[in-house]
Amino acid sequence: MKSSLLNMVLSLGIITIIAAALLAGVYTITQKPIEEAQLNKQTEAVSAVTPQFNNNPVAEMVEITPEGETTPVKVFPAKMDGQLVGAAVESYSLAGFSGEIRLMYGFDADGNITGYEVMSHAETPGLGAKMGEWFRSPEGNRNVIGLNPATTNMTVKKDGGDIDAITAATITSRAFLDALTRASKAYGQLKEAN
Amino acid sequence: MNSKLKILYNGIVAENPTFVLMLGMCPTLGTTGSAMTGMSMGLATMGVLICSNVVISLIKNLIPSKVRIPAYIVVIATFVSVLQLLMQAYLPALNAMLGIFIPLIVVNCILLGRAESFASRHGVLDSCLDGIGIGLGFTFALTLLGAVRELLGTGRIFGAEIYPEVYGSLIFVLAPGAFIALGLLIALFTKLRASKC
Amino acid sequence: MLEYISIIITAIFVNNIVFAQFLGICPFIGVSRKLSSATGMGAAVTFVMVIATCVTWLLQTFVLDPLGLQFMQTIVFILVIAALVQMLEIILKKIAPVLYSALGVFLPLITTNCAVLGVAILVVRDNLDLGQSLVYAFATAVGFTMAISIFAGIREQLAWTNVPKAMRGVPIALICAGLLAMAFMGFSGIKIG
Repeated sequence: MKSSLLNMVLSLGIITIIAAALLAGVYTITQKPIEEAQLNKQTEAVSAVTPQFNNNPVAEMVEITPEGETTPVKVFPAKMDGQLVGAAVESYSLAGFSGEIRLMYGFDADGNITGYEVMSHAETPGLGAKMGEWFRSPEGNRNVIGLNPATTNMTVKKDGGDIDAITAATITSRAFLDALTRASKAYGQLKEAN
Repeated sequence: MNSKLKILYNGIVAENPTFVLMLGMCPTLGTTGSAMTGMSMGLATMGVLICSNVVISLIKNLIPSKVRIPAYIVVIATFVSVLQLLMQAYLPALNAMLGIFIPLIVVNCILLGRAESFASRHGVLDSCLDGIGIGLGFTFALTLLGAVRELLGTGRIFGAEIYPEVYGSLIFVLAPGAFIALGLLIALFTKLRASKC
Repeated sequence: MLEYISIIITAIFVNNIVFAQFLGICPFIGVSRKLSSATGMGAAVTFVMVIATCVTWLLQTFVLDPLGLQFMQTIVFILVIAALVQMLEIILKKIAPVLYSALGVFLPLITTNCAVLGVAILVVRDNLDLGQSLVYAFATAVGFTMAISIFAGIREQLAWTNVPKAMRGVPIALICAGLLAMAFMGFSGIKIG
């Protein structure tokens, strides 16, 4: 088709308008599922790591700034008939090999670790990314589940602690435990406040 | 009928976007850490390619030639955004894994290349077939590369263990392995095509 | 200040756009046969990347975000980049013909350079402020220029070697790139500040 200013502007304009309308339509349809998907991830991680509860921890989420720090972490209290039985804490660490790692840790009423889930990370695939499995493996001193950060030295063996670091990924292991300590601190503050 | 099959064959083998045309290298290298991610990226690209090919072939006579490239870009970008929204809503885990490479389908040279060289000159059905053929060729290449890297790196294909992970050489999952594995696969493909002719 | 230095080192070495993030591979393979054209491409990318990041950042912050139109991001960004490249071509031709003759041939190729769009999206996703975004864009482009220049140097040498027939051209180049990426892995994990 021959080009004149009028038909160039017109055709581009019409295409853009149709495109924008189509996108706006898809956006309104997908808006709710997108929000739900984001919420679901949180809800699933919370129920995967915490002991039995019958409240809605996501709705009762509180932001707690661990002592001596400036960035708050999200604490999801798990309650049984109104009684605090534990919590999930979405913690983070900047000490990882590349970028931030985010994890969800679960604690019971006594502060013992009941579980953890990796939320996001940018660690090396095949090395640091092993943290999802490593710290619940029964081999050696890898397992952290059931331990209490108050009574266990939550650092890697190399730093004089009690935990086996991931083979060839000491830095990631340190970051994992750093985030864990942060989570435990925030949970302690929640218990004090209650 | 034969000519239709030829379009498909053309996309998958003779003009395979990865091994022959060598287009769309970024997602080819960036998303093939495993067979699964490679295949997903290939299918996502194929979806956008089929849609954009069909639409561009439909509107090819309505667009003044001077603004055809911007018009094609808008069409492609629209479908990419739709795909992005759908994936965020219904496949959030996959979306997180492919990350920035989903919006970057927009600048994948394969899409604009097919729009300009095929869809703008052929009918709707042929353009659709071309989209399927090229899309399948791309998906095949990405899945193959992903499978090779996953197998050499971790001893698995699609997550199923072939040999114990400790014997894998992790380098193939990491960045250097992407370049090296793709280089070897292209050489192999070139060799096979040469011996066939 | 330390923050900016950290961004620069990370973008150039640790997270090199080509070797670690797999962006901008097409020009990296396509325009690296000769050192002179590689550096030209690098300069053109630097120029466009900084300006494009600036414009898209402003658009995102002052238009898309307030209006809740984040879902239009991809379409707006790519159009802005395409228009920008066209405009730069025209302006350069008029006011700086010397620069135009050096960079002109590379400019049209940049629209579909995924590194430019990639950086524009990344700075928004990582919530960088304008200053950080510009420093990041510039450093990333420097990283790209460095990568493509080193690579072109290697390929110039490669042209004189006797490579098996099937490996000639892109395959052997990719394997060299793999070895370079391995070298760049030595930088990974480095942190400043």
